[in-house]
Amino acid sequence: MSGSAPGEVVIEVRGLRNQFGAQVVHDNLDLDIRRGEIVGVVGGSGSGKSVLLRSIIGLNRPAAGSVKLLGQEMTTATEEQRAAVERRCGVLFQNGALFSSLTVAENTMVPMREHYRLPQPMMNRLAALKIALAGLPADAGAKYPSELSGGMVKRAALARSIALDPDILFLDEPTAGLDPIGAAAFDQLILTLRESLGLTVFLITHDLDTLYTICDRVAVLSQKHVLIADTLAKVERYPDTWVQEYFQGPRGRAAELAAHKAEAANGLVHRG
Amino acid sequence: MSTGTSAGTATLQRNADGEFVAASGDWTLAYAPKLADLVADLKRKAGAGTRVDAGALGRVDTAGAGLLLDLAGKAEIRGLDDNRRALFDAVAKAQAAPAATTAKRGNALVSVLARTGAAAEQIARDGYQLLGFIGLVLATLARCVIDPRRWRVTSLAFHLEQTGLDAVPIVVLLNFLVGAVVAFLGATVLKDFGASIFTVELIGYSFLREFGVLLTAILIAGRSGSAFTAQIGSMKSREEIDAIRTLGLDPVEVLVLPRLLALLIAMPLLTFLAMLAGIVGGAVVCVFALDISTTMFVTRFHDLAAVQHFWVGMSKAPIFAFLIASIGCLEGFKVSGSAESVGTHTTSSVVQSIFVAILVDALAAIFYMEINV
Repeated sequence: MSGSAPGEVVIEVRGLRNQFGAQVVHDNLDLDIRRGEIVGVVGGSGSGKSVLLRSIIGLNRPAAGSVKLLGQEMTTATEEQRAAVERRCGVLFQNGALFSSLTVAENTMVPMREHYRLPQPMMNRLAALKIALAGLPADAGAKYPSELSGGMVKRAALARSIALDPDILFLDEPTAGLDPIGAAAFDQLILTLRESLGLTVFLITHDLDTLYTICDRVAVLSQKHVLIADTLAKVERYPDTWVQEYFQGPRGRAAELAAHKAEAANGLVHRG
Repeated sequence: MSTGTSAGTATLQRNADGEFVAASGDWTLAYAPKLADLVADLKRKAGAGTRVDAGALGRVDTAGAGLLLDLAGKAEIRGLDDNRRALFDAVAKAQAAPAATTAKRGNALVSVLARTGAAAEQIARDGYQLLGFIGLVLATLARCVIDPRRWRVTSLAFHLEQTGLDAVPIVVLLNFLVGAVVAFLGATVLKDFGASIFTVELIGYSFLREFGVLLTAILIAGRSGSAFTAQIGSMKSREEIDAIRTLGLDPVEVLVLPRLLALLIAMPLLTFLAMLAGIVGGAVVCVFALDISTTMFVTRFHDLAAVQHFWVGMSKAPIFAFLIASIGCLEGFKVSGSAESVGTHTTSSVVQSIFVAILVDALAAIFYMEINV
């Protein structure tokens, strides 16, 4: 979309080290994410998935290592360089992090207002567009976050995160707390947005169904670094106890089966 | 896909099939205002529903796609590759969704009247709720007092420390300073009448009857009343109150009574310290700035019939304590869900407590005046 070849690495993490006091969360962590990919990041509780996300988007200064976002080294970037990159990233926080004093439409307009000088009617139109893209009904724009259900909050937060047409979308457990129908719809929404807006998606999740449905690659965070980052088929076979338990446990098997079934059904539909 | 960035443009052209718009350059958010003008202009010239040739486009985002779709209307957009086509389809679908109707703003005068009415109704409802809550608290208190097993001594001690002991420095300091100020003010006015000595009476009357207890009440309303609201309110928003209920416990008994009793005990003690501090503050000014000796100050103070005034002031302390604790806890229970609600109710709790304290103080002043105490 922005004139770079597909397959170009947009997130490059090298030798990342994060530590809080004496506790080392990441040590010598490497991760590459290419343009247009949906990469799922999995790991046990406390394995530092959110910390990794925060380090990449610059909310957390790493103790060592380098983070390159869209070709820009973030650890040494000036304020302006950093802002230019941040404008091209959208972040969906775990609980939405919508501004509670603003309506959904106003929330969506915040980044537009801060970064571009746009006339109000145009912002209204763009906000309505993003709200519709996020799969919310039009009347949701006038509502306050406290009036929304959990699933709608996630969609509203998604509308805000795509307000500036980002290149990279960061999602922190987007389907946590959603019912299975809402979660499946959200997965489809991410897929649709990736297809239509050419997004690269960095996705933290515990939801095995999400992994099987939409992720191109899965990065496993364990033992303070990325154990393996590859397609699901390869990750499943990786000889590590944690990985085996994760994917071969009852939930993992169920999700895999469901994904295969869905694929088969899709195949039938397409043929018919 | 071109790599350089250049503002998007579009020109009206004509070929064998008729008129069409050739769009080129970057159609992105950064150029959106200019492009919107351009689109409006082209629509006027060629009418909506002109075919668009997008083959020479640079970068496009949703804003640009929206504008081009707007320009094309139902007509075809040519020259899109698959990715672009997906973007345009998604935007077209989103734009086709019915637009939200914006709420109509009513007449300004009507809305002022409506809000005044709503505020008045709210005050009436607050008062009604407060009376109901006070009744509930008294009933619960009566039930618990006779049953020592239900006394929550640990909780009471904790709140005594928080509301009583921890408040001592600020209460004492504030009253000391106000005492000094009142002495200075009194002396300045009374000197013209050659009656500087009456400064002692002024300080004695004002601190024993009014200032000691009122200043303490205002401080406690701001310090402990707000804390009660915030504590209970955040528990309410995290469903802890519901948890207490489902465990078969009474939230009033568990949360309100210890706070109320703590304040009922702490407030008279703090008031006593406040009176003392105010009088000492006044005395310091009298001794060092007004040439009234310590002995003279004490002698005159004795002549005040001071015990009576002391009890007038002190009698109000438990009433204030009861009201502040009740309002603080009630506002906490009114919190709903969000963190913002905790803030709103904390503010409301402080404002109401201070208002009620001053109101009751005024009523008490009239009452004591009428019965000549």
